[in-house]
Amino acid sequence: MKRLSVFNVVSLTFGFAFLYVPMLILILFSFNESKLVTVWAGFSTKWYGELMQNEAMLQAAWVTVKVAVFSSTIATVLGTMAAYVLVRSGRFLGRTLFSGMIYAPLVMPEVITGLSLLLLFIGIGLDRGVLTIVLAHTTFSMCYVSVVVSSRLATFDRSLEEAALDLGCSAAEAFRLVTLPIIAPAVVSGWLLAFTLSLDDLVIASFTTGPAATTLPIKIFSAVRLGVSPEINALSTLMITIVTVGVIAASLVSKRALVKQRQEEQEAVRTS
Amino acid sequence: MAEKPLIQFRNVTKRFGDFTAIDNLTIDIFEREFFALLGPSGCGKTTMMRMLAGFETPTEGEIFLAGQDIVPVPPNQRAVNMMFQSYALFPHLSVWENIAFGLKREGMPKPEINARVEEMLRLTRLEKFARRRPHQISGGQRQRVALARSLAKAPKLLLLDEPLGALDRKLREETQFELMDIQEKTGTTFVIVTHDQEEAMTVASRVAVMDNGQVMQVATPADIYEAPNSVYVADFIGDVNLIEGKVSATGDGTFALHWRDGAEPLRVKSPTGFAEGQTAHLAIRPEKVTISAERPAEAANAVQGKVLDIAYLGNLSTYHVELPTGDIIKAQTANTRRISRRDYTWEDTVWLSWTATGGVLLAN
Amino acid sequence: MGRHRLAVLDGHWRRLVGELMRRFLLIAIPYIWLLALFLVPFVIVLKISLSDAAIARPPYFPQFDWAEGIRAFIAELDFENFLWLVEDDLYWKAYLSSLRIALTSTALTLIVGYPIAYGMARAPEEWRPTLMMLVILPFWTSFLIRVYAWKGILSNEGFLNQFLLWSGLASEPLQILNTTTAVYIGIVYTYLPFMILPIYAALERMDDSLIEAAEDLGCSRLSAFWLVTIPLSKGGIIAGCFLVFIPAMGEFVIPSLLGGSDTLMIGKVLWEEFFSNRDWPVASAVAVILLLILVVPIVLFQRNQQKEQESEE
Repeated sequence: MKRLSVFNVVSLTFGFAFLYVPMLILILFSFNESKLVTVWAGFSTKWYGELMQNEAMLQAAWVTVKVAVFSSTIATVLGTMAAYVLVRSGRFLGRTLFSGMIYAPLVMPEVITGLSLLLLFIGIGLDRGVLTIVLAHTTFSMCYVSVVVSSRLATFDRSLEEAALDLGCSAAEAFRLVTLPIIAPAVVSGWLLAFTLSLDDLVIASFTTGPAATTLPIKIFSAVRLGVSPEINALSTLMITIVTVGVIAASLVSKRALVKQRQEEQEAVRTS
Repeated sequence: MAEKPLIQFRNVTKRFGDFTAIDNLTIDIFEREFFALLGPSGCGKTTMMRMLAGFETPTEGEIFLAGQDIVPVPPNQRAVNMMFQSYALFPHLSVWENIAFGLKREGMPKPEINARVEEMLRLTRLEKFARRRPHQISGGQRQRVALARSLAKAPKLLLLDEPLGALDRKLREETQFELMDIQEKTGTTFVIVTHDQEEAMTVASRVAVMDNGQVMQVATPADIYEAPNSVYVADFIGDVNLIEGKVSATGDGTFALHWRDGAEPLRVKSPTGFAEGQTAHLAIRPEKVTISAERPAEAANAVQGKVLDIAYLGNLSTYHVELPTGDIIKAQTANTRRISRRDYTWEDTVWLSWTATGGVLLAN
Repeated sequence: MGRHRLAVLDGHWRRLVGELMRRFLLIAIPYIWLLALFLVPFVIVLKISLSDAAIARPPYFPQFDWAEGIRAFIAELDFENFLWLVEDDLYWKAYLSSLRIALTSTALTLIVGYPIAYGMARAPEEWRPTLMMLVILPFWTSFLIRVYAWKGILSNEGFLNQFLLWSGLASEPLQILNTTTAVYIGIVYTYLPFMILPIYAALERMDDSLIEAAEDLGCSRLSAFWLVTIPLSKGGIIAGCFLVFIPAMGEFVIPSLLGGSDTLMIGKVLWEEFFSNRDWPVASAVAVILLLILVVPIVLFQRNQQKEQESEE
């Protein structure tokens, strides 16, 4: 039985206040009547209205979502393959290089990744635009996906696959019918991670984009560089809301599944 | 007992919210005793130990150590040390540093620490492992490090929380004797918490059987086994046949237990008196019941039945005998002969008999 | 009979080839992707960093031409850009200043993050998943937005200055935005979850009876914390520090939004060298050196992670 000491209560309170108060202030001032984001002048939703009228912003949002959907989907496929290779394929020529290339992008400064990809695209004469951003995002987010999936694969009971093979599955069937359903939650969270990474990315997108494709972070960055504006607050509020709802919903779903499983287990014990 | 107790619990109650872990408990533990708190999990034995160590404070009542009320004393200032169930060895320190940990806190001079740690290593036969980390030694060795660490400060009282629970059976038996040996050598008072009755019976000089926050009986292991004071204790310790019936006195400290209509009453000698017609239980250990093919001539009690099951334990066999009334009585015999030459087998009709002093009559 | 056996063999053979083919593709597809889009670009950066700047587009020279042969190509490479980096004090000042800012903000993040992680690990079991989610949630929200949030707070008319003036702690608005202080605040704020999570994981794994054992052996609360809790959470502390230090070193968004013109950070220098000065070879050389600086902490970090994993088993 643990007592929460005064010190712990204070540090938790201050810690979480530090994490959340800035965002709350941001949200608060998105409903401000005045253009100044520091002085409260009454409640208004006019900045949301203005945001909806901002063609360029909407266009950028659309590009961003498109890029995120494509890149995270390809990254999930490639990342799952890579995870399977890392955990299951044993030794092969260049395995060390392979795992190095999976882990390196996780710690590589974005400016370097962005610069190097841009130089590649110019070198091979690829026109910069949505395609190049998708390629770039896929490359770094597939590494995140493969880390998430491989940690699930590593704890996965190998005898389940062996049982499938024993019961007559081919290797591909065993993967499709047994492995994939079991690692599915990790694959889904890998996709979500890749999706948010792509939505958030400013630096790599700035390097690899061309004049035709502007993503939302690039748009926001060029706007906020000049100063604060309530319209950006409104946009931020929308993004924070979507993410918060998404994360809470996902955690509730997984918690519910866990509770249900536990109840069923208890039920099974009770009725046996 | 004339000597002054080392530990006195005086009307101690401990509540966690609505749950009463210890209920108005009074108990004395004497110097140089090896005292066991025995009971099923959740009976309050661990709470009692943690109150002695200072990790819990009683809701009501007082605890004295050598005459001093220790309730307000924090754990780091008590002359009490504890050996944790998980051993709680510091994984980042070597065996040597683990043992020296408490001595360093006392500010003991370095040469003395060295001498004391060496002494403890010798006592627990760990000299060879002094430089190792806890994860580099076996479970039995870890147990000895934990013991050495808690003994190093020469506490007045050593608390052992399920000290042998993590060891396998063979090692546990060896270690039990080692513990008794070390307790004798150091002369420290040991209080051990365990749910394993065999362990408590083997190591302890006195045992307190606990249930639901109360002490049911405090006595030597032999008394607990042979003269339990309640059905709970009789049933908790070892194997027992419990036969319920109504008592009538037949004089001379002997009682008749009417246990089934039509059946011959059972004769029991009891030092405690019973009212006429009172409901009571006869508790008789299986090894006190003799099994024979013919009705023995001079038995105080004899019943006939059919062998239902035989549990062969190697040195012993337990016969489950079904009486015509449907009751099952267990009888145990030592296997002095090889199995192929055993006298009784399934479905045989046999006689079970026991003396008037073989069992104990217990009120409900 | 012979033909039948052959047919079986053929089927077997085909299955084996199919299996091998599948295994080959499984490895080859992600492998080639990473080679083409991670390793090759990197080699290009290295190559360009050794080239001369040219006005023509692409602005670097020599371009690789197979006909010319490797020998001629190598003869044209030089370390001029690296010499340039050494000679112009802007660059090494930027590296030093990045290093200083990254180290200081890592230390600050540790000071802020440790008590939070400790409080979480001590909190009642049923709160912990919620607290955990509260720490992770900001990680899912846009980095850019979280940095932007501070712009409004730290500005001269911002929330913080209004509070300081109102409470009388300051008599005139403090210049915080566009200074290095703002960069520290930004880094601590955005990277805090990276510090909290590994420390929390280490503390949560710790057996409570170890603290009780220390107290039982004569430690006060504080000395038990110092002698047992801190050493046992060391792995988490190290992991957290690397997770903050490594990205902070190459940080671009925070110094460019919150820092002033005198806040030198190498990520910002690289960006400007590339986008404003369009000097690609120098930008590449800057990137190569930044990476060389980061190799040491990255290797140390990997080693620490491996050690942690082993100690868990």
